[in-house]
Amino acid sequence: MLDKLTLVKKSKKPGAVAFLLMITILLFVVMYSIGMIVFVNKGFAKPQMFMNLFISNAGLIVISCGLTIVMITGGIDISVGSVTALVCMVAADLMEHKGMSVYMALLSALLIGLAFGVVQGFLISYLDIQPFIVTLAGLFFGRGMTAVVSTQMIAVKNAEFLQWANAKINLPIGYTKKNGTFIPSYIYPTVVVALIIVILITIMLQRCNFGRELYAIGGNQQSALMMGLNVRRVKMKAYVLDGLLAGLGGFLFCLNSCAGFVEQAKGLEMDAISAAVIGGTLLSGGVGTVVGTLFGVLIKGTIASLITTQGTLSSWWVRIVLSALLCFFIVLQAIIAGVGGKKLKK
Amino acid sequence: MNAKTKFDWGKLVHWRFFMPIVCLFLVLLVNVIQTPDFFVISINNGVLYGYLIDIINRASELVILAVGMTLVTAASGGQDISVGAVMAVAAGICCQILSGGAVSTNTLMAPMAIAILAALAASVLCGAFNGFLVSVLGIQPMVATLILFTAGRGIAQLVTKGQITYVRVDSYRVMGGYIGACPVPTPVFFAIGVVLVVNLVLNKTALGLYIESVGVNGSASRLVGLNSTHIKFLTYVIMGLLSGVAGIVASSRIYSADANNIGLNLEMDAILAVALGGNNLGGGRFNLMGSVIGAYTIQALTTTLYAMKVSADQLPVYKAIVVIIIVVIQSPVFQKKFRSMRHGKAVTVNAG
Repeated sequence: MLDKLTLVKKSKKPGAVAFLLMITILLFVVMYSIGMIVFVNKGFAKPQMFMNLFISNAGLIVISCGLTIVMITGGIDISVGSVTALVCMVAADLMEHKGMSVYMALLSALLIGLAFGVVQGFLISYLDIQPFIVTLAGLFFGRGMTAVVSTQMIAVKNAEFLQWANAKINLPIGYTKKNGTFIPSYIYPTVVVALIIVILITIMLQRCNFGRELYAIGGNQQSALMMGLNVRRVKMKAYVLDGLLAGLGGFLFCLNSCAGFVEQAKGLEMDAISAAVIGGTLLSGGVGTVVGTLFGVLIKGTIASLITTQGTLSSWWVRIVLSALLCFFIVLQAIIAGVGGKKLKK
Repeated sequence: MNAKTKFDWGKLVHWRFFMPIVCLFLVLLVNVIQTPDFFVISINNGVLYGYLIDIINRASELVILAVGMTLVTAASGGQDISVGAVMAVAAGICCQILSGGAVSTNTLMAPMAIAILAALAASVLCGAFNGFLVSVLGIQPMVATLILFTAGRGIAQLVTKGQITYVRVDSYRVMGGYIGACPVPTPVFFAIGVVLVVNLVLNKTALGLYIESVGVNGSASRLVGLNSTHIKFLTYVIMGLLSGVAGIVASSRIYSADANNIGLNLEMDAILAVALGGNNLGGGRFNLMGSVIGAYTIQALTTTLYAMKVSADQLPVYKAIVVIIIVVIQSPVFQKKFRSMRHGKAVTVNAG
């Protein structure tokens, strides 16, 4: 079984995958280098700046990994931003107003994600409804439920939660001040969790049967079915996993923002989708890696820090630049797919 | 079946207006129970006044969008989720030109026709951009329109320089208010006009047929000589234009351009209206009047929920549930199960 699946993967434009990933990494290096050269006085060259990319985007990395999984099967999930907002709000509400512990908050976050994953997965895989419509409803449902929990902003003051959020992990790298004191760079535990997730999912996608089945379904659902795969069940599992990761990512997001409010994480789904697409995941399915997605998130983070460091440009430029990049990569994909598709037809 | 003696329930259930009208009826029924004077229409200060008028008035933008969304859905089998953002762009450009770049104005800085034409041109451009991605590059409609869905409001912010632009001129308020002494709100005329014009074009030319055939089977239509790329592109351009019209009406209502809130969540309502109108969200045959009834139903639902003290933030929960129920009922898997349950083992193939 594994060999057959590997064959499916290899026969599908192997060059295109590496090509897209290379463009992404190159783009990141170029953008970051430009930032280091232009904003050298504003601390862009310090190692901590690089670590901040991970710190502020740890939640997004996990969420994008989940999204990459469903996009590999040829689906999509635009509810992740709302799930994040709901998770943050419920976690904050449980800890601040209901007096629950941080463990209960984490558990509820995972359960919310799981519930979204199960319901959306069932509707998409067993009732054959378009993923976009289902998750669009999920987007509105999650955002509305957030308002049902509370329309006020809830700041988290739970001691243990803040301890989790502010536990600095010093790294051996850093920079030395002029007077000789060494200031190490630090990361938060959220970054460690996010990177572990990236590694686990990479192993799952490359080495496990389930991972290869995802690629097979995305590559060609009909032939995957004929090879004897239970397409519905694999798709269902993909959405459940995606929902779980959205819940976990939402909790990491909450650890970074330490608050819950209705407008939180608005448009996060766009960030996650563009991170995956910029990272080389094909919208038509069958191709994609979470390492690429990680670089996609880093590119998004770099754009955001470039624009905030620049200072005069307003924050909505982040979205516009990101949309333009997304557009560029979508068009690039369409061209690559178009060339491949025409060859296949002949 | 003997149609004369027996009332044919099956036929009624499959009548294309069955679902939208039943839904509208249900919503209105709830309203009548809640507020007995629901259907009372009075004249206050020379204008029509009442719940019903309010619903019909406020549904106007939604009707305009639903018409475009029906065509897009039919031709491309996907929806345009950028309509709300395009409305914001059109409103921003219109108000910005009228105010001459200032935040607030009491006199028109430019002729109204120029501002409106510029706004419509921008929205047509947005539609053409979506259409290009969908028809020429073959990208899934919702992914393609996702770009403008997020970038659109950013662009609108850019146009209005991040502020709410006010145009405090009476002549600008006509489009969202009243024409002279006419008791009927102007947006209603816009909605009726759009429905009539689009209906006329679809019925008097072959366009409606072309759109349906492209949606049913794109490659087959190409083989009989239809340029499916052009037709899909055209539906997105129409959608862009109608979003622009809706945006101008919405901005005229509040005589300002609020980039963050004009047309907010309206894409969901428009999709809901199309689904409620008995249209298949997967494309193909369409039912324009069904969508229009659907749009009024959604607005009635919104007004009802507001009347039941549901806050605007919480509204999406109910709408999301309605969407899910409709798409589940529409889904082929569910219908197959339902039919085999009703007919036992004798599963008949439905020709419709």
